[in-house]
Amino acid sequence: MPAKTDLRRFPGFLTVTILCLIVLYAPLIVVAVYSFNASTSITRWGGTSLAWYVDVFTGPEAPKFQQAAINSFVIAITASIIATAIATLASVAMTRTGRFNGKTLSFALISLPLMVPEVVTAVASLVFFTAIGFTTGLMTILIAHIVFCIPFAYLPISARMQSIPDMYEQAAMDLYATPREAFKLVLLPLMTPGILSGFLLAFIISLDDFLITNFVKGAGVETLPTAIFGSVKQGIKPNIMAISTLMLGISVIFVSLSWLIGRAGQNKAKEN
Amino acid sequence: MASTEIAVGIDKVVKRYGPVTALHGVSMDIRENEFFTLLGPSGCGKTTLLRCIAGFEDVTEGVIRLKGGDITGLPPHKRPVNTVFQQYALFPHMTVIENVMFGLLRSGWSKPEAVARADQVLQLVQLGDFAARRPAQLSGGQQQRVALARALAPRPQVLLLDEPLSALDLKLRQAVRMELKALQRETGIAFIFVTHDQEEALTMSDRIAVMSEGRVQQIGTPREIYETPLNRFVADFIGETNLLDVDVRSVDNGMAAISLPGGHCFTCPAAAVVQSGKGHLSVRPERISLCAQGSGDLDATVEGQVYLGTDIHLQVRLADSERMTVRLQNSETTAVPETGAAVGLKLEAGAARLLAD
Repeated sequence: MPAKTDLRRFPGFLTVTILCLIVLYAPLIVVAVYSFNASTSITRWGGTSLAWYVDVFTGPEAPKFQQAAINSFVIAITASIIATAIATLASVAMTRTGRFNGKTLSFALISLPLMVPEVVTAVASLVFFTAIGFTTGLMTILIAHIVFCIPFAYLPISARMQSIPDMYEQAAMDLYATPREAFKLVLLPLMTPGILSGFLLAFIISLDDFLITNFVKGAGVETLPTAIFGSVKQGIKPNIMAISTLMLGISVIFVSLSWLIGRAGQNKAKEN
Repeated sequence: MASTEIAVGIDKVVKRYGPVTALHGVSMDIRENEFFTLLGPSGCGKTTLLRCIAGFEDVTEGVIRLKGGDITGLPPHKRPVNTVFQQYALFPHMTVIENVMFGLLRSGWSKPEAVARADQVLQLVQLGDFAARRPAQLSGGQQQRVALARALAPRPQVLLLDEPLSALDLKLRQAVRMELKALQRETGIAFIFVTHDQEEALTMSDRIAVMSEGRVQQIGTPREIYETPLNRFVADFIGETNLLDVDVRSVDNGMAAISLPGGHCFTCPAAAVVQSGKGHLSVRPERISLCAQGSGDLDATVEGQVYLGTDIHLQVRLADSERMTVRLQNSETTAVPETGAAVGLKLEAGAARLLAD
């Protein structure tokens, strides 16, 4: 029997929970299940088959999707590495400085992209690139992705950073390490779980992004989300469901990794 | 034995944090091969001073010298002193031996030499079998010894210890005190030890600097500090004492003639600065004996007793309502007066000391 104050004792708790779960996950489940449909219909079940997965890799649209996938991964890896490096330095700067004027402002500036409506960032980026005469293409996508990935990478890194007392760096410097060695040999290894977690989060955010990418990508350059959207405009085929399911799988793996690494880091911090 | 050569010279060091002054022109000399303790309540500036010596804090004014050389402006990694931190600060991602080797490798030892030296120091602290463990796998006492080994390995010219025993439980703390003292004699370098625990300071130190509110109150051997405190703060902070307000009749050649509450006349040593007029008389509870009322120096009424095992603390109240504590040794022959009994208090010769504020 749950305790008196337990939320589970409230009337309608179960109904609301189930409703929420259905709204959240039913569409995903439908897509995942129908990606194994043998039929060309997206609503009628025609038996189990992997045909659409084969179609993704060998079908008429395969070259387009392959190029888009390559673009997506190249951009996601590059953007998340650069964003993570910037976020790492930013979180060191934010936690290893005393009070300074504009500290709150700095934090707000780092996290602002999380709050600005994405379409505004998208329009602003496009206007900016056009204004300075920058040709839209892979490079503009990359720059835009780096920018919006920074706050996502920053959050887990700075959470980790705040749990590392500065006595470790002091101990290192007391033991004849230069400030650079203290950072490299002591602080950086201690920050690693946060950095990995931030990198994976940034990676998945970049991989999934549609809106900003669609604005700044320029003609003929596609990433997976924009390619999928392009395909869907000509009618939904089950191969789209197969691609979507693959992306869902990758996302789930990366987010789980990010969470597991973050938790392992926290447990380690607790041990000490 | 401590020599007269000076290991660390601290000359009029002032430390300010914005409007707050943590150290008001502190000066002291720490001798070679000396167990030197900075003792004081929290916020007295003892840890700040230690951090200034280690180089973690810049001094606002003044000079710090190490073996005669000015180190005031040097960063921590260029000072040949090592620190044992209060929370040990062992690197959690390294094994015990990697922790101990850290300082050796950073200061130019070759790998094989560093391994040999780390082994040797770990033997010294009896942790030879724990080299491959991680700090998290060790007990608090073992971590403390790794921290010691790590700080001693690079052969620092002075070892700084920032309340290293405060995280240990009582039994362990008492054992480690003796080990630390032995280690200091073996290594033959000066230890500068920060603590707020006066018992720790008295049992381990060659000399103690008592600090309060960013100033040095007194520097001396444990015996000097305990038996001849210079002022009211030192007498009150070190050990237990009874402080009585008394009238000073005259001070002559370091001896003061005073009248005790109740009118009895008494002669006792006076701290140099005491002038005639009002003063504080410090009487240690163990230097008072009981006698029949009227036959001692003071008359009092027993208010209660506190049983402490080896001792019994008797709470008494003087006629003018000042309270005092008398310490009786607990033995079968000790007669403990009942609450409410009228007693006389006899002060041992030289037991009391007149202090200024």
